Amino acid sequence: MKPNSCNNWEDYQKEIAGDRYYFARSCIRQNFFPAAEGLFLKIIREIAGKDIYDDDRQTTCSGIAYHSGIIPFDTTMTVVARQFALMTEAGYENFVCSCVTSFGIYNEVLETWKNFPEKEKEIRETLKRATGKTFKIPRNLVHTSDIIYKFRKEIAGKAKLKLVDKSTGLHLKVVDHIGCHYAKIFPEKGIGGAEFPYVLAGMIDEWGGDQVDYPERRHCCGFGFRQYLLKSNRGYSVGNSKIKFDSMEPYYPDLIIANCPGCTFFLDRWQYVLAEMEGKTYGENGYGIPVLTYEELAGLLLGYDPWDIGLQVHQVAVEPVLDKLGVTYNADEKYRGLHGEDLGKPEMPAVLKCN
Amino acid sequence: MEYYRELSNDIRFIEGLTACINCGTCTAGCPAAAMSDYDPRMIMDAVQYKDEKELCALLKSDTIWLCGECLSCKTRCPRGNTPGYIIQALRALSIETGFFAESGQGQKQLAIKRTVGDHILKYGYCVYVDEVDTGMYPEQGPVWDWIIKNKEKILERLGTSYQKEQSGTLRKTSAESLNDLKRIFEETGATKRFGIIEEYSAGVARRLNLDFSADRDGYFYYQYNDNHKE
Repeated sequence: MKPNSCNNWEDYQKEIAGDRYYFARSCIRQNFFPAAEGLFLKIIREIAGKDIYDDDRQTTCSGIAYHSGIIPFDTTMTVVARQFALMTEAGYENFVCSCVTSFGIYNEVLETWKNFPEKEKEIRETLKRATGKTFKIPRNLVHTSDIIYKFRKEIAGKAKLKLVDKSTGLHLKVVDHIGCHYAKIFPEKGIGGAEFPYVLAGMIDEWGGDQVDYPERRHCCGFGFRQYLLKSNRGYSVGNSKIKFDSMEPYYPDLIIANCPGCTFFLDRWQYVLAEMEGKTYGENGYGIPVLTYEELAGLLLGYDPWDIGLQVHQVAVEPVLDKLGVTYNADEKYRGLHGEDLGKPEMPAVLKCN
Repeated sequence: MEYYRELSNDIRFIEGLTACINCGTCTAGCPAAAMSDYDPRMIMDAVQYKDEKELCALLKSDTIWLCGECLSCKTRCPRGNTPGYIIQALRALSIETGFFAESGQGQKQLAIKRTVGDHILKYGYCVYVDEVDTGMYPEQGPVWDWIIKNKEKILERLGTSYQKEQSGTLRKTSAESLNDLKRIFEETGATKRFGIIEEYSAGVARRLNLDFSADRDGYFYYQYNDNHKE
């Protein structure tokens, strides 16, 4: 058996459709990593050569509101039903969502309808009354990270770089963080289940890096929905991220990748906060540990310009991992507009090194 | 009102409670328990014994608002219980009865309703770039101040559809889609729940002599920032 793996994950496999996807956006990702979803679509269309539909009529799944207790489950089920109706109207059957909270929500709704068919009937009637729409259940429902996992070999085949430190020749040490709702609600819906998820680890293995196995690998990032949404409750969120950083620190990770929009955001921003509050940094030489989404990492390996794929909007500087990978980039372009306009620079934090 | 009977009608409650053996596995792996004295094992115990007095106390307590809904408890319970689902049912009943307004944590629902809830109906999404600043979200850091200062140029550089009526990231959601959401909220009880949250919050604001009008008023900031005074 390979280190850092377990045969148990092999019991948890699922079908991932091979083409013709209906794409659903994430509330958090489009705001805080605004280039990530466009990059995902580009990789699927141009690298994998597949059809994926980006509908201008789609909306939130309402999952953050539901998990925060401000709207009823019936509301979320009906919003989800409307998303399925849009997919049906567009002529697609394979639903892929960009958010892990949404992935949990869509699965939760479908499982509820399996267990309570009368509830599905009721929601169909409600949707019809509210919007005039009808829908088919998706034939295949997956998360965007599942799709990148499915095409990880094709991406590796076209990649210009591997997860290797160009100056030492050593494999980069990569932490994978899986959003709780990817598989903790329904382990059978995730590749590798809840305790040995392989969706990101499979990318690390395929792209030449080493997985980091650390004690709090499966601990929540600390989003906590209402706990983060309220400034007065945010200690919950930063405290749980700190549990993870303290646990992974002795393994000297070069990079963190996450498949959940919220997790990516929190693991990036709470490093900044911990540096400023406690003077603690977790990367080398006063930097943080760079945090990327899975498609941002794929994009770097494929040779996309880091500033075209939005890596300048991370608070933790990504340059340490760019330098290790040997990514060619122009530091002067980092803070420029599309037409080369000088947009100034963000202020530098007092403690966390960012340039 | 019989609280257990009300809870028993909630799908989340039906799916969340089988028979809890009180082993404490849920508490051992719970991120909320790591940060506070929250204990899902105790909640499951209280609920399954159907003690109406105990249930009433829970509905009026801070306790039910401490869970982060990560649902690690669902994965790990050896008997198929989901304390996170029970919390959802308790929170829904706490709002329906108005008991949420009797706990400091429950009162904070107003701030979530006026951010995430109102954003959905205004923008079509729970979060929107125009509503996020480092005053309310200081952890966004100086990079966010730079983004906001140069919003149009940066979002153009990153290939978004910011404020455009077309597909893509951060596009302007159409009036038709927003109307669909509004109608769904009306039909499924979300509009009613928003009304209950506003109504009971107005009562608390009067008691505390805080400005209560709409949006980001004095009561909103009191609940959003820190309501430890009450």
